[in-house]
Order: sequence, then C-alpha cells, then structure tokens
Amino acid sequence: MAQARVDSAETAGTWRLAAPSRLGRGEQINGWLFVAPALILLAIFMIYPIFWSLWMSFQVGKGMNLSFGGWANIIRLTKDPVFIRALVNTCIFFFVQVPIMITLALLFAVALNDSTLRFRGLFRTAIFLPCVTSLIAYSTLFKSMFAFDGIVNKTLMALHVVGGPIPWLQDPFWAKILIILAITWRWTGYNMVFYLAALQNIDRSIYEAARIDGVPSWARFRYITIPMLKPVILFTTIISTIGTLQLFDEVNNITVGGPSDATLTLSLYIYNLTFKFMPSFGYSATVSWVIVLVVAILSFLQFLIARDRKGTA
Amino acid sequence: MNGFALARRGLVYLSLSIAAFVSVFPFYWMIVGATNKSADVVTGKASIGDYLFNNIAAFFATVDAPRIFWNSALIAVVGSVLTLTVSSLAGYGFEMFRSRFRERIFAFMLLLLSIPFAALMVPLFVMISAMHLTNTYAAVILPGIASIFIIFYFRQATKAFPNELRDAARVDGLKEWQIFLFIYLPVMRSTYAAATIIVFMANWNNYLWPLIVLNTAENKTATLIISALTSAYTPDYGMILVGTVLATLPTLLIFFLLQRQFVEGLLGSVK
Repeated sequence: MAQARVDSAETAGTWRLAAPSRLGRGEQINGWLFVAPALILLAIFMIYPIFWSLWMSFQVGKGMNLSFGGWANIIRLTKDPVFIRALVNTCIFFFVQVPIMITLALLFAVALNDSTLRFRGLFRTAIFLPCVTSLIAYSTLFKSMFAFDGIVNKTLMALHVVGGPIPWLQDPFWAKILIILAITWRWTGYNMVFYLAALQNIDRSIYEAARIDGVPSWARFRYITIPMLKPVILFTTIISTIGTLQLFDEVNNITVGGPSDATLTLSLYIYNLTFKFMPSFGYSATVSWVIVLVVAILSFLQFLIARDRKGTA
Repeated sequence: MNGFALARRGLVYLSLSIAAFVSVFPFYWMIVGATNKSADVVTGKASIGDYLFNNIAAFFATVDAPRIFWNSALIAVVGSVLTLTVSSLAGYGFEMFRSRFRERIFAFMLLLLSIPFAALMVPLFVMISAMHLTNTYAAVILPGIASIFIIFYFRQATKAFPNELRDAARVDGLKEWQIFLFIYLPVMRSTYAAATIIVFMANWNNYLWPLIVLNTAENKTATLIISALTSAYTPDYGMILVGTVLATLPTLLIFFLLQRQFVEGLLGSVK
C-alpha cells in the first residue's frame, strides 16, 4: 500500500509536468462525475454515521432517550467486567490467530511458488477452497465436527493424541481454541493467494544469484523473500487485524460468545448492548470506538515494525 | 538430489498434503453429513448414509427454501452489480482524472478503511429506521455499494490500463463514458472477475447487517434462517447440512467459473 501511494504520487508529478494544460474544465468535470456516486454514498452511509457515532458515544440513556453524559460512558467502560472480558478475548484472538495464519499462509505460498513442485494447482485450489464456503456452512460444519462425541474427538482418541474427548464447546479454554482453528481454516488460503501473486513478481535472477553465492535456503527466505513481500505482508496483516477485531459471525454461530462469555468479542458485545439488552446506543457507540482505537494502535505498530525491518535487512 | 534435499522435499509434500486434507475434509464432511441422521453426524459417522431424502424433505418442510434463497440471490446479485459499477467507476475516475483535491479525498478514504463496521452499525440502524427502510432489501444493499476496498482495488488495477488505448479512443471522438463502457470494461475483465468473486461472496455471506435490519422470516436470507436453525437446543444437523450444501453451491460455482480470471486479476492488481 505504501509502495502504491509513492508510485501514484510520482506518476502524478510527472504527468502534471508533461501536460499541465490537460487539467482543463472538462477534465475536472469528468473526474468528479466518475467519482461522484461513490463519494455521495460514502458521505451518507459512512462519514455521517461516523460523526454521529462519535457524538453518540458521549450520550447516556436508554433507547433514543439520550442526554449528554460527558465522560460517563468512558468511566462506565473501566468498571464494566463484561467489556474488559470482551476486550481481553478479542486481543487474545488477535495475538494468537493472526501470527499463526500469516506464517502458515507465507510458508504455503513459498512452497507452492516452487515451479518444480508437482500438483501445484491442486494444492493451491485445495488450500484456497475454505474461503469459498459460505459463512453459515463453515460455522455449522465446525460445530458438528467438534461436537463432544464428534468426528474430531473420535479421531484424536483413535490416534491416542488425547485420552478422553475434549470439551470444545463447553470449556472456556477449548472454545477459544476452536474459534482460532475455525478462523485459521477459513482465511489462511485467502492470505496465501496475495503472497503467491506477489511472489510471482519477484525477479527470479535474485534467487539464482543468491544460490550461486551459496546462500542457504532459509537465509534466502529471510533476507530476500520476507523483505520483498513486506508491503503485501503489511497489507494482509492490517486487513486481518481489522477482521479479527471485528470478529462476530463465527463466535455468534459457533459458540454464541459462550461458555460464560469465554468467546465474547467486542463486536458481539456491541450487538448485545444494542439489540439484545435494553438498547443503550450511547454506551455501545463508546465500545465501538474502542475497536477503532485498538485498530489504529495496532496498525501503527505494524507500520513501525515494518519500517524497522527495512533498516536492519 | 542429496539425502537432505530429498528429505526436505518429502516434508514439503507431507505438510502440503496435510494442509490440503484439512482444507478439503469439511467439504466431504458436509456432503456425507447431509446423507446421515443428526444423531450420526454428532457422533462422527464419516461414511455415506441413506438419510439424504429424509433430510431434504425435512429441510423443505421446515423452511421456505425457495423464498430464502430468492432473498439471498436477489440481495447478492443486485448488491454485487451496484457495488462493482459504482466502485469501478470511482476507481477509474480517481486514477484517470487526477487532481490534487481528489488525491486528498482518496488518501482520506484509505484512512476510513480502518474504521470497523461495528462503529457505524448503531447510527446506520437508526438512519435506516428513520428512512422507513427496515426489513427491506434496500436496507441491506445500500450501505455496501460504495466499497472503499473495491475502489482501491480498481484504482490499483487501472494503473495497468494502457494510456494509448484511451488516447486513441479520444482521437476517434469517443466520449469519456463511452471509453469506460466500450474500451475499459472489456480490457479489464479479469479485474472485474476477481472483484466479482470477492464482492459476491461478501454479499452472499453477509450476516451481521442483515441480522440487524431484516426482521420477518419471509424477508430473511438463507444465511440468517439456516443460522437460526443451528442455534436450536438440539439442532437437526442432517437437515441443516442439506441447507449448507445449497448455501455453498453458488459461491463454489462462481469461484470455479471465474477461477482463471481470478488469479490473473489478482496478479494484475498487486503489480
């Protein structure tokens, strides 16, 4: 993404130098006409709600009967054990799931990028296939496969991995693991495709030169592949960060946030606050801004780490 | 190949095979499950059973299948067409007609990309209620039409669109909208194919927003209705899996139809 922005700024600069007269009135009008429908819709369905929700987050009361509450909602946040639990759960999902998924996707992409590998197309399609399933199919499948007497427990017991069945849906710890397994199953192939596409653009001769110089394969991966893929890795991590912090569908369908709120996420809590309990729009808006804040902090950290790597590599 | 390289190669094949097996097994499980009794599904029977027709009958008796799949299809198709049209127009516009002001707007839009839907959900719901649109298809479709992600994707892809084509068309006297419709659109079909897969799947699988705005059974999508079935105290998995097979078919079909263009489109976009 950073790469793209630099690129567009450069071409914009040269273009302006080359043909300044082209920026005529007709051109301007056409430019606005093409982007107008999208901008109008974004203004109505995104910008307006964002400001409204900011305003709402300082309101207290039930339903639409709201009044200005100042910092009341923020104080309520710090005293709300359910909110703290949802925040901690969401962070656990993020810190455990995203690194596992990104690493797996990267390793699969590098393995599949080897042109001497047989059945590449078959492997690629198979690993990508999970992200074609409908959400509801995959939630139902995971719920039934991980049932107490289900296929997964039976297989694990037959292989003597575990002595007794694992209470996937009943135990707070295993329920979290189940959600992590489900999301990883669903999204690894999706991220892999981005890496595969980017790997095809790396000049083969760099690898050839390194090979001739006797650079071992792990070092080629560490010092050529990773730095070259850095923009794509950054892009996919940020997309995954946003996705994981908004986690709702899976937890609502597989565990409904349970057992005893062990898989309750921030999005699910906002939904409960707004549509399940007595609606408190103001407070749920405040919780939603916590997500925005966490996404902003994490994305910023990811940018910093990415920049740091550039310095050392 | 020496022993070490051979062992490593073996390890690569082994891990890829495990990954492929894990990825595909749930699909097998879904099909097998649809032919078994619910009691067999939850006790892990992994072979084809003889209960398929009972499950199909039970599914069609429990839910108004034609209706819910019609709702899903209508929302997904209309939503996707509108999203692709509006977002590709904008992506093209931002890239082809650059001005300093529009560049600023674009940069601002990329910032908005990081704002999660949860932050908009509550005000959007109040807005839709005020517009008297709750429980309509329009309520589901409208907020998703201008997708920043898809606009960004089209703008990136447009960088590869040859300028000579556009200049030649201008010399021939084509208007800007004609260039877009008759030159750009056919040239960029693999970009459209990739975007179609992404947008269609997103619309078809959309869960949280339809759950909020649709509230009568006859307007709900297949995803919502089948999801409600699974949250029963003792879900009838055999019957539900018939529904999930049906719900998965459209996305699977779109993917296999557009797979080649999808890979090409993705390659073009990342370049």
